[in-house]
Amino acid sequence: MKRRNLLAVFGIEVVLIAMSVLFLFPLLWLVSTALKPIEETMRVPPVWIPSKLMWTNFADAMTYGADKLGYIPFLVYARNTLILCVLVVAGTVASNTLVAYSFARLKWKGRDAMFAATLATMMVPFPVLMVPTFALFRHLEWIGTFRPLWVPAWFGSAFSIFLLRQFFRTIPFELSEAAKIDGASEWRVFRDVVLPLCKPAIAVVALFSFMGTWNDFLGPLIYLLDQKTFTLALGLQFYQSQHGGTQWNLLMAASTIVVAPVIVLFFFTQRLFIQGIALTGLK
Amino acid sequence: MSKRKQNLVGYLFALPWFIGFSVFLAYPLVASIYFSFCDYSVLKKPVFIGLDNYRELFADEVFWITVKNTAIYAAISLPAGMVMALGLAMLLNAKVPGTTFFRTVFFLPSLVPMVSLAVLWLWILNGEHGVLNEVLRMVGIRGPNWLGDPAWSKPALVVLGVWGVGNAVLIYLAGLQDVPASLVEAAELDGASPWQKTRHVTIPMISPVILFNLITGIIGTLQVFTVPYVMFPGGSPARSTYFYAMYLFDNAFLYNKMGYASAMGWIMFLAIFALTMLSLKLTEKHVHYGGGGTA
Repeated sequence: MKRRNLLAVFGIEVVLIAMSVLFLFPLLWLVSTALKPIEETMRVPPVWIPSKLMWTNFADAMTYGADKLGYIPFLVYARNTLILCVLVVAGTVASNTLVAYSFARLKWKGRDAMFAATLATMMVPFPVLMVPTFALFRHLEWIGTFRPLWVPAWFGSAFSIFLLRQFFRTIPFELSEAAKIDGASEWRVFRDVVLPLCKPAIAVVALFSFMGTWNDFLGPLIYLLDQKTFTLALGLQFYQSQHGGTQWNLLMAASTIVVAPVIVLFFFTQRLFIQGIALTGLK
Repeated sequence: MSKRKQNLVGYLFALPWFIGFSVFLAYPLVASIYFSFCDYSVLKKPVFIGLDNYRELFADEVFWITVKNTAIYAAISLPAGMVMALGLAMLLNAKVPGTTFFRTVFFLPSLVPMVSLAVLWLWILNGEHGVLNEVLRMVGIRGPNWLGDPAWSKPALVVLGVWGVGNAVLIYLAGLQDVPASLVEAAELDGASPWQKTRHVTIPMISPVILFNLITGIIGTLQVFTVPYVMFPGGSPARSTYFYAMYLFDNAFLYNKMGYASAMGWIMFLAIFALTMLSLKLTEKHVHYGGGGTA
């Protein structure tokens, strides 16, 4: 390697390390505050490593306000969020694999026009659909229930259809033909030939829909009325607006509880995740 | 298999989407055009009032404030985010030791749920005890009142946005890794400097990815809602963070002006459509769809 190259590598390394420090700093501050006793949260200069680690902050955050009327334990939000995530992920996988299979591997009249229309809808911003969708769910008397938040997931989404379709098309068509010559129905080909080969793509779609539901704020804000039905995202906002500006250590502990599962999930599925995101940029 | 049976099987597999598309996309899209011409509160039946909502909107001072805020925010945060994302992706693509670690670090913040992100930055940017200003003080800079000063509230949101560029970094990185090494080597043999290689080989080769990130960036930025909604209740201070989607939401669910909100929704849609077309048109000559057809 030439000397200039070595210098360049060193320079890049230094910039990357500096940027990493900047990018990590807010997350470290989150965890640091979450583990602090209250009197150390506002000390000047800032305390980075708590004098003692207050693991009890997490328990306190989850039971904060237990002495007050209408108290809802934080764990109820977690349970609600998990229920929604399961229903949405199941629906997303069940519906979009079928639909994407149809777009990718079956021939029918109007298919390409329908696919073009599907792609076009990705440009429609949610606020345009917000009012009529709300009116529809109100007519069905679903406001205040979980249904507006998970039922639509069972009827496909443009983004998941697109992602899965791209992947389904890469499976050799000869495999389907061979199975059909052996007498397999289209359903059998779908279930026993194509689906097993598409597990990574299905995992990506499941992962994205889990994250989307876990993080969703606007949906629950519109449709959920009773605090008992709130999700973590909505619960955290409620918590913040009620008790924000006082016990920052407890608020950060609550926030960590919302962030941690997502980060843990990411570390277990890192490769899938990165492939999936890279895939979205390629048309 | 007969043509008819083939069609039938195809429709059956796509059936969930035919329902989903009609009920949750086509119907709301058409209905919201109609509602935008109506006085509608959800509680009562919509009453047709022609263009009144639009007329009222264009005379609505708050509407223009939110348009202006959103435009300013987009004009700062889009370029800032794109330069940062592309820059980081290029550094990562230099394949120096530790790339996998750095990639994870840059991506982590974009995993943080919006509400947690907002709550965390409320604490970091806190006027009296915020750690960012404490750190700035150590190096001799007096930090501004990020959350309370109308001149600094938007820059605060831009900082947050730039911190969350991880998604775009990964998309750029995937694009960069598709640039054929032979092209870069050829440029090197011709004596191109690193800057020339970047300017005349790398950037043109990943231009479709840049365009993709630009368009998704426009669509996302114009709809910015959750973070300002949580961080700056009511668009405080002095309405400097009152964004378009927040006013739309308030009209729909706070003031029960559903027709008015629908009109705002359609104006947003048209703006996104126009900006997308404009970006496609303006970049037409500069975007190269060459190579293996991956982009």
